[in-house]
Amino acid sequence: MTAVSQTRGAARIHAAFAEAQAQGRAAFIPFMTAGYPSAAEFPAVADALLSRADLLEVGIPYSDPLGDGPTIQRASEKALDGGTSTRRTLQLVADLRVRHDKPIVIMTYVNPIYAVGPREFMRLAQAAGVDGLILPDLPPDQDIEIAALAEEYGLAVTFLIAPTSTPARVRLVAEACTGFLYAVSVTGVTGTREGAALNEVPAMLALARQFAHVPIAVGFGVKDAATASQVAQQADGVVVGSAFINAVRDGQDVGALAAEIAEGCRKL
Amino acid sequence: MTLKLSDLTLLLPDYPQPDPRGRFGRFGGRYVPETLIPALDELEEAYRNAKKDPSFLNELDRLLREFVGRPSPLYLAQRLTDYAGGAKIYLKREDFNYTGAHKINNCLAQGLLAVRMGKKRVVAETGAGQHGVASATAAALLGLDCVVYMGAEDIRRQELNVFRMKLLGAEVREVTSGTKTLKDATNEAIRDWVTNVRDTFYILGSVVGPHPYPAMVRDFQSIIGEETKVQLEALEGRQAPDAIVACVGGGSNAIGIFAPYAYLPAHQRPRLIGTEAAGEGVHTGKHAASVAGGRVGVLHGSLMYLLNDDEGQIVPPHSISAGLDYPGIGPEHCFYSETGLAEYVPVTDAQALEALSLLTRLEGILPALESAHAIYHAVELARELGPDGIIVVNLSGRGDKDVSEVMRLLDLEKLNTEKHDAHVAVAEKVEVIA
Repeated sequence: MTAVSQTRGAARIHAAFAEAQAQGRAAFIPFMTAGYPSAAEFPAVADALLSRADLLEVGIPYSDPLGDGPTIQRASEKALDGGTSTRRTLQLVADLRVRHDKPIVIMTYVNPIYAVGPREFMRLAQAAGVDGLILPDLPPDQDIEIAALAEEYGLAVTFLIAPTSTPARVRLVAEACTGFLYAVSVTGVTGTREGAALNEVPAMLALARQFAHVPIAVGFGVKDAATASQVAQQADGVVVGSAFINAVRDGQDVGALAAEIAEGCRKL
Repeated sequence: MTLKLSDLTLLLPDYPQPDPRGRFGRFGGRYVPETLIPALDELEEAYRNAKKDPSFLNELDRLLREFVGRPSPLYLAQRLTDYAGGAKIYLKREDFNYTGAHKINNCLAQGLLAVRMGKKRVVAETGAGQHGVASATAAALLGLDCVVYMGAEDIRRQELNVFRMKLLGAEVREVTSGTKTLKDATNEAIRDWVTNVRDTFYILGSVVGPHPYPAMVRDFQSIIGEETKVQLEALEGRQAPDAIVACVGGGSNAIGIFAPYAYLPAHQRPRLIGTEAAGEGVHTGKHAASVAGGRVGVLHGSLMYLLNDDEGQIVPPHSISAGLDYPGIGPEHCFYSETGLAEYVPVTDAQALEALSLLTRLEGILPALESAHAIYHAVELARELGPDGIIVVNLSGRGDKDVSEVMRLLDLEKLNTEKHDAHVAVAEKVEVIA
């Protein structure tokens, strides 16, 4: 892994991965939908996650999140009902920036970017202190303008690979990433699964390592310390989303769950 | 050169759009999770080969003739023409197709492609139920497992079609997320496909979605326009009418009749007019008119005109017709609109209901609520074009499926003086010329 891209956001993200690596851990990357369970309660949830996270992934709630399972979709609906949308999400991130220095990346479908206007979106994201973007419905060869604009505004970009990705696709996606590479552990949408099969991860990572010049994180279906540990032995980072949404929904102690999973990210 | 229908073997023409990246101008593309990209590449390759393979084309041609009942008639609606008092109005009778609408053309073709690709399971989305019924029918015929996603609201509106799908052996999965209509059913079908992509074929019902779907569905539906050329030549001595009118939700029936004409030189090209569902009026916000009332955005894998707010959230569409109740419009239509190859006009719920009553009373043809939108505009246009003109309306489907919904709406209207008066006015107009 050699650092190629050096936007401000990329440098901060790479540093966070390097710091975790130095401590013998995979980077722990919790996800939370902005404005969930409400705009008022979100900051406390984010604080709890950030106390253990190496990076925080914040999702812009979206009406039609077709890459997500029911857990994140319902969280999005609730956040939207509470008035959290694109600009409000960026404001929530700006508020977090006052208290936290860890990298924060935004997960968004492309439509909100188009609606706000790509340049205006990047300007707002930069002003809010966002470090990078994760774009689940934007294969890198679809729209090179978005990535170029992100770079112009100092934001790193993360694209996704999946177990179905051919070597040529893995190469194309890996080379386009400037933040980290997001490897989707299963064919499917986000969500915790009973007996999540992570058996396709090693081959996918072996392929990705040939091309990636950025750290590689694995997500989808990682729900607890045990699955996190399994992933952490192979990847540079572990993304956990739906498990935290469920915890918030059920009124569980999010900080305690974060601590548990963060501990699971230790490389053995 | 005069072509006869008996000579017309299945044509899947090569159109100049989309470009190799699946773009119609700036519209279209593949905005989907990376998981699906290899499946779309595989589909594109399989389709490209099938399109050139005589065994595939012959089998599809045979099914379209013997199973669907093609060619569908091109019918001069004389009493409607007299009523309108202008151009001749012809109806391309896709309502004659087995299962009741143009949807079956595409479903059989995609079903054959699924078999060819070795897939055993198909998924589909449906709004009005016509695409669901057609998918279930194709699956039954071809021995494929079939799951159809349908919004809870549409299940209520189209009870009969739900039962038909179940009779055909399909599993109908109720979608309760979002607006509980077609867009959400489409989200769920795509999620299913993302999850089961290795052994599942997604039969997409309109000219929307990621490349190659808009191009492939267009090609499969272009038989409507190809037949029209031959039939009009026989009836009127010319292949192109002055205007073609078709309703547009996603836009597959419209593309099917437009595309064989759209890329002709300008002097040979008829006016191509798509009628969008204006619901209660574009100004009210309760409509499904993506060209008139939308802006460019991305949904279901494609860049297109879309009903979405200024932060990119999809605005729920509204139409009396479940089949037009979709917040976007196919990328090729967006390209036609932007380049002036076609025009798109809004038609309201009330106008569509009026046209449905009119056609039924005058011609004994009960059109689908979708098609009624096109009929309404054709009557207006006939007056504008005058008696020398010829209009072809794509009658995309029959109205059997809508009977209970229309009954409910007309009953409601009795409680609504204003709407009731409007309806009486139509009935009286019909009486006068009857």
